[in-house]
Amino acid sequence: MAQRIDVKDVNIYYGDFRAVEGVSMTVDPKSVTAFIGPSGCGKSTFLRTLNRMHEVIPGAYVEGKVELEGVDLYGVDVDPVAVRRNIGMVFQRPNPFPTMSIKDNVLAGVKLNNRKISKSDAEDLVESSLRGANLWNEVKDRLDRPGSGLSGGQQQRLCIARAIAVKPQVVLMDEPCSALDPISTLAIEDLIQELKKDYTIVIVTHNMQQAARVSDRTAFFNIAGTGKPGRLIEMNDTATIFSSPAEKATEDYVSGRFG
Amino acid sequence: MSADTSTLDATERTRALLTTAEPRRRRTDRIMAALIWFAFLLAMVPLVSLLWTVLFNGAGRVTIDFLSYSMRGIFGGDPGGGIYHAVMGTLIITGCATLISVPIGILVAIYLVEYGRGPLARAVTFFVDVMTGIPSIVAGLFAVSLFTIFFGAGARFGIIGAVALSVLMIPVVVRSCEEMLKLVPNELREASYALGVPKWLTIIRVVLRTAVAGLTTSVLLAIARVIGETAPLLVAVGVTDSINFDPSEGRMMTLPVFIYRQYSQGLATCREGQANCVADIAIQNAWGAALTLIVIVMLLNVAGRLVNRWFAPKTR
Amino acid sequence: MTTTDSPPAPVAPVRRRRSSGDTERGFSRTFRWIATGSGALILATLAAVALFLIVRAWPAMTASEAELADAVPRYPDDTSFLAYVGPLVFGTLLAAVLALLMATPVAMGIALFISHYAPRRLAQILGYLVDLLAAIPSVVYGLWGVAVLAPAVAPVWTWLNEWFGWFPLFAGNVSPTARTLATVSVVLAVMILPIITAVSREVFLQTPKLHEEAALALGATRWEMVRTAVLPFGQSGVISAAMLGLGRALGETMAVLMILSPGFLYSFKILQAAQQQTIAAYIALDFPEASGLAVNALIATGLALFVITLAVNMAARAIVARRKDFSGAN
Repeated sequence: MAQRIDVKDVNIYYGDFRAVEGVSMTVDPKSVTAFIGPSGCGKSTFLRTLNRMHEVIPGAYVEGKVELEGVDLYGVDVDPVAVRRNIGMVFQRPNPFPTMSIKDNVLAGVKLNNRKISKSDAEDLVESSLRGANLWNEVKDRLDRPGSGLSGGQQQRLCIARAIAVKPQVVLMDEPCSALDPISTLAIEDLIQELKKDYTIVIVTHNMQQAARVSDRTAFFNIAGTGKPGRLIEMNDTATIFSSPAEKATEDYVSGRFG
Repeated sequence: MSADTSTLDATERTRALLTTAEPRRRRTDRIMAALIWFAFLLAMVPLVSLLWTVLFNGAGRVTIDFLSYSMRGIFGGDPGGGIYHAVMGTLIITGCATLISVPIGILVAIYLVEYGRGPLARAVTFFVDVMTGIPSIVAGLFAVSLFTIFFGAGARFGIIGAVALSVLMIPVVVRSCEEMLKLVPNELREASYALGVPKWLTIIRVVLRTAVAGLTTSVLLAIARVIGETAPLLVAVGVTDSINFDPSEGRMMTLPVFIYRQYSQGLATCREGQANCVADIAIQNAWGAALTLIVIVMLLNVAGRLVNRWFAPKTR
Repeated sequence: MTTTDSPPAPVAPVRRRRSSGDTERGFSRTFRWIATGSGALILATLAAVALFLIVRAWPAMTASEAELADAVPRYPDDTSFLAYVGPLVFGTLLAAVLALLMATPVAMGIALFISHYAPRRLAQILGYLVDLLAAIPSVVYGLWGVAVLAPAVAPVWTWLNEWFGWFPLFAGNVSPTARTLATVSVVLAVMILPIITAVSREVFLQTPKLHEEAALALGATRWEMVRTAVLPFGQSGVISAAMLGLGRALGETMAVLMILSPGFLYSFKILQAAQQQTIAAYIALDFPEASGLAVNALIATGLALFVITLAVNMAARAIVARRKDFSGAN
């Protein structure tokens, strides 16, 4: 399932404004890659270009190549809808659909893609996705209750279950724990470790300890000043980034001198 | 799905995954997008058709004479006469309605924004909204019933119409003025209190003055809303062919009612060889008056939006 | 932002009653009274409308059938007052409901167009264009309906009657001038489009970005995003928008008066002339010439219209209000 991503010299624009420039990197399959950096450095923006979600914002566009197993996501015959189905995303704030039950939330993506799913298949999928998101035991008795009744951490795991129910290749996570309490955060971090057995995971975090805990490789983004584009400063094994970074800016950031 | 598939295979599989747009979903998406564009274009058809028809049919009739003569003594197919009496009637009656509605409307808005709390405020908010839905003819009937008590059956004069229009206009004024007053930042009020200015002076000197552009816009748009009302005036003010400047005495003509009257007169009978007889003059009059009315309404709308754009205080 | 009264201090009760935190003296107190009085005046006005209509309608509602038949033109012999109002209520409801059925889907389409489909920069201007439809006086709609729309739709109505004549609405002898309830309801639909559009548009624009992105990130197309995130969120808003539109259509006078060739039947034949009449148009047509008991009878029909629209509007506003509470709690 899991697949690699190659990013080649990507620039991201909002209208005339160049938000991110000159990013090239490789994301390994079945691993966790963390993006860290001060706020406004373009790490979330860059993450959203990996599944073409930035196109939701009017005027945003991308130069360069983002390849999934050698296939350019921005190629002419590529369907952005298919891209998002294969590269799932979990957002900063949990966002289960308020009008749907827990079960329907998990099935939301599947129902879009494949209108007819037999009842037993659907039940199996709900169970396996919720188990995959470490949520099954907590909600198995109330699958028909609205998803908005869950706690924040449970809602976020429900969103992860919803994302993996469509069986994506890659799961992108945009600061998935920033709205959660420490215990829920731990639960999500454990889940990420489980998920990397099957998926390529990219996580944006503003929490360096979290990056150190969960990721295999870390990319540090920085910005030269307000109004300047964000850049990828350095990318390496997480241990290296946190112990002996090559760049001064990285060292300053991970040692807490700014950001 | 074996683990040792070559890179090439993996690429091909991925390509297949990323380019398989299921035709059915894509088609549904396209069809719905097309339908939604179509809905908008569909709504533009009556708008364009209506404006064009009014312009095309009315432009020839609207002359200086048409705007400066009344219909007094004009019969049959006589192409003379004009809408002066109706324009004046509309201005007078709408003006009276504005004089009644604006103070009340703004005071209610002040009450809701500055004082409103508790069940009375909730009830007022709710019933202001409900009042916006009163049918205009019912407002007319109400005004007639009210004045019948004092002046007896058959009383028809401008003020009755103004009261009917006020019933329709007050909720509109309240609703939009309320929005405008809410835009005034609380810091301004507090700054004024801190200077020892009493609340009523703060409201008048600070709140109303800050919001004056927005309030003007609200009032202009509210006038535009009621100036085209026909039914309540038909019921409450009646019709006349003569000029009447006195809203407290006698029937008055108004533009919308004039349009209706001329329309319902239909074709005039012209004798063969009769000079100065145009068979469809009444219809032409109706179109000319319709064009005048639409121009007035549009001017009010444009003026309202411009006032707000040009004079709005730069507070945010 | 609302300040609540502070809990009572544990001291001996003070005589003076305070309604707000600051002390008000002199004109401030008077001004508060004036403002509050104006607020109360709204309630009084609405009550007065109801009261005067009831008082003036009363004689007609209590008069005997014979008296009514004498005084009121077009009053059918040997019928109770209800049987006289009945067909009018029926016609009013039929025209308004048909208009609503036509206008709501289109208005939802326009609202979605402006909120989610139109290019961002154009959206506001296009919104103004739709609002212009609301600025056009109803009497002009009437003129246009007679001069342009009726001739234009007449062949369509003939066609409908020919092929779908088995359907009760399209049955009967199609009117060649198309001055029928079908044409009237098309005009009413155009007239209520702007209000339904405006309310739906506001609700659709409030859809949380979070939910829209959630749908898109699952691989939803734009329409699927609208269906999964926007429409469920906006459901109650659209319902109340439609009811506001219904209220407008029920009370609309001039377009009906000028276009419709009236009748007084319980008839579903909307393509045939002289079948139905609406309350508002009936009043406008007969009131200028009416006197005596006929006036009371007309006011009584107006009272019926008032009650119907009041109920519809109150229901719509109650839904909106409940929605506000709901989203506030989130």
